Amino acid sequence: MALRSVRHYPSFFSIAMLCLIILYAPLIVVMVYSFNDSPSITNWGGLSLRWYFDVFTGPEAPRFRAAAWNSLTIAVLAATIATAIATAAALAMLRAGKFKGRSLTFALINLPLMVPEIVIAVATLIFFTMIGFTTGYLTILIAHITFCIPFAYLPIAARLQGIDGSYEAAARDLYATRAQSFWLVLLPLMAPGVISGYLLAFIISLDDFIITNFVKGAGMETLPTAIFGSVKQGIKPNIMAISTLMLGVSILFVTLSYLINRKGRQSP
Amino acid sequence: MNNAIDIRMVTKTYGTVTALKAVSLSIMDNEFFTLLGPSGCGKTTLLRMIAGFEDVTQGDILLFGQNIATLDPNLRPVNTVFQQYALFPHMSVIDNVAFGLKMKGLDLPTRTARAGEMLEMVHLSSFADRLPAQLSGGQQQRVALARALAPQPKVLLLDEPLSALDLKLRQAMRMELKQLQQDTGITFIFVTHDQEEALTMSNRIAVMSAGHVQQIGTPRDIYETPVNRFVADFIGETNLLEVDVASIAGDRAQVILPGGHAITCSTATHDAGRHHLSIRPERLTLVPLGAGMEAVVDQVIYLGTDLQVLVRLDGGTPLQVRIQNAARTQVPAPGSRIGLHLEEGAARLLAD
Ligand SMILES: Nc1ncnc2c1ncn2[C@@H]1O[C@H](COP(=O)(O)OP(=O)(O)OP(=O)(O)O)[C@@H](O)[C@H]1O
Ligand SMILES: [Mg+2]
Repeated sequence: MALRSVRHYPSFFSIAMLCLIILYAPLIVVMVYSFNDSPSITNWGGLSLRWYFDVFTGPEAPRFRAAAWNSLTIAVLAATIATAIATAAALAMLRAGKFKGRSLTFALINLPLMVPEIVIAVATLIFFTMIGFTTGYLTILIAHITFCIPFAYLPIAARLQGIDGSYEAAARDLYATRAQSFWLVLLPLMAPGVISGYLLAFIISLDDFIITNFVKGAGMETLPTAIFGSVKQGIKPNIMAISTLMLGVSILFVTLSYLINRKGRQSP
Repeated sequence: MNNAIDIRMVTKTYGTVTALKAVSLSIMDNEFFTLLGPSGCGKTTLLRMIAGFEDVTQGDILLFGQNIATLDPNLRPVNTVFQQYALFPHMSVIDNVAFGLKMKGLDLPTRTARAGEMLEMVHLSSFADRLPAQLSGGQQQRVALARALAPQPKVLLLDEPLSALDLKLRQAMRMELKQLQQDTGITFIFVTHDQEEALTMSNRIAVMSAGHVQQIGTPRDIYETPVNRFVADFIGETNLLEVDVASIAGDRAQVILPGGHAITCSTATHDAGRHHLSIRPERLTLVPLGAGMEAVVDQVIYLGTDLQVLVRLDGGTPLQVRIQNAARTQVPAPGSRIGLHLEEGAARLLAD
């Protein structure tokens, strides 16, 4: 009997549909209703961009604008610093030969991926309180850098692993110093991994809620905490508009990261 | 001091593995020198230590009299052609070739001009603006050569540069490499495990095995007067027979072949007793019965330019004989008895 394609298994179609609905129906509902011309979140009142204008000009606009600015600057700074640290870590892990505690270092770098986020959130808050650090912008930034590192590390290390050591040897052989060999040869070859890691870290920072909520302190908001605060007073359609905007940014970045990675894989 | 390279008692260990054991050799200026040996004998390790990619565990490496054993690779006037070429994939061909010149601090017009000349030398001028991925294997190989030669190194190191090419291209590149070496006057140190490549290209060859240098000499020395069993066996094809030594005087020995026939041969050993004798298949000729040794023909193998005749001496010792496949050649019939002639001194008694 010939093996049948999985597509012909009984109820393949219905199970696939069910999965798709569970995954995407909420997102689609939010996206569609963000264009609803009605203050109700359940009744359709025609197509409009009203709630998008509300996000930028409505009563909550200043709050969202401040939160968005915080989110954006934190994401840029956290992603930049985390990417730099992750690049250095990848070089140490993959190019420094064997050293004592190499596996331990690897575990440490990737720890934030394994530890439940709530535990990190609580621990970070307690730590900052214990050392008498005032919670605010800086604590959010530090926390974000920490949990962004493994996300930046993974694509960077994957890329570096695929780069043969002979390129650096060739550069050194042709009279390049260690630094020149890194900047002129290794870094350009690593670039797709570094950019992809940066974008990933950026997105992870941009939409973090749990840790941010713990360490942000009073009066500081990022976009996710601002949305959460607003929702607590009742869901209004402007929340759907702002969520759709964030979704758009996320999709854009993830797609970019994917495309850059794929392009990088084609040319070593 | 006009040796390009002096390797003095160089030892290399990786943890418990000893890759090179107290290797000493000298390479003269303007020489095409080949390191030849089977896989894992330490050729690459030695080359990488000359280039500076690998630390020397013990010993010294001198470049024109200067000890370079502890210098960083960028401070050694030595360049490498890598086995997989290692062309920088994000740079154009011309930028690859100019890289070393740039690192040496030459200004843009000078290095562009010089890189252009190098590309001309390897017949790739029209490919200057391509990326390495847009070249064939043979073209990439030439770019790698041009890149390594552009900064005018004192010594060029080549680690099996032809092994990734197909047979036809490999043979053409041999001649081209040899020509390039003569034209530039740069000392080449060439690594290969292909003995034919080594014989056709080199001024001198160092035959290596298991971290030791077994013999250093011209291709003719290595082929015709191997010092030991390993070298005779590794270079070319040979018949290795265990024989009893009757007498040794100077570099001549009298030995008794299996079957009782006595012959005179050159010798690499001065100890009497039982040793291996090497007889090259092409040094044996088939002659009419009556004079000298006798043998039975087992099989005749057609090789195109040559015929390989497998025979057995009285007593059962197998030998292979190479005869030219010329128009007048009489092909012996399997099963027939024939005479074998061995030129005086054409066999060689080997040390173990
Ligand atoms: N980094 C290393 N760590 C441990 N052992 C090594 C290392 N590099 C080489 N060796 C060992 O040293 C020995 C010599 O290796 P080398 O690469 O010089 O061989 P080679 O003659 O170039 O062989 P091939 O013809 O296969 O390239 C081998 O036994 C190899 O296993
Ligand atoms: Mg090798």
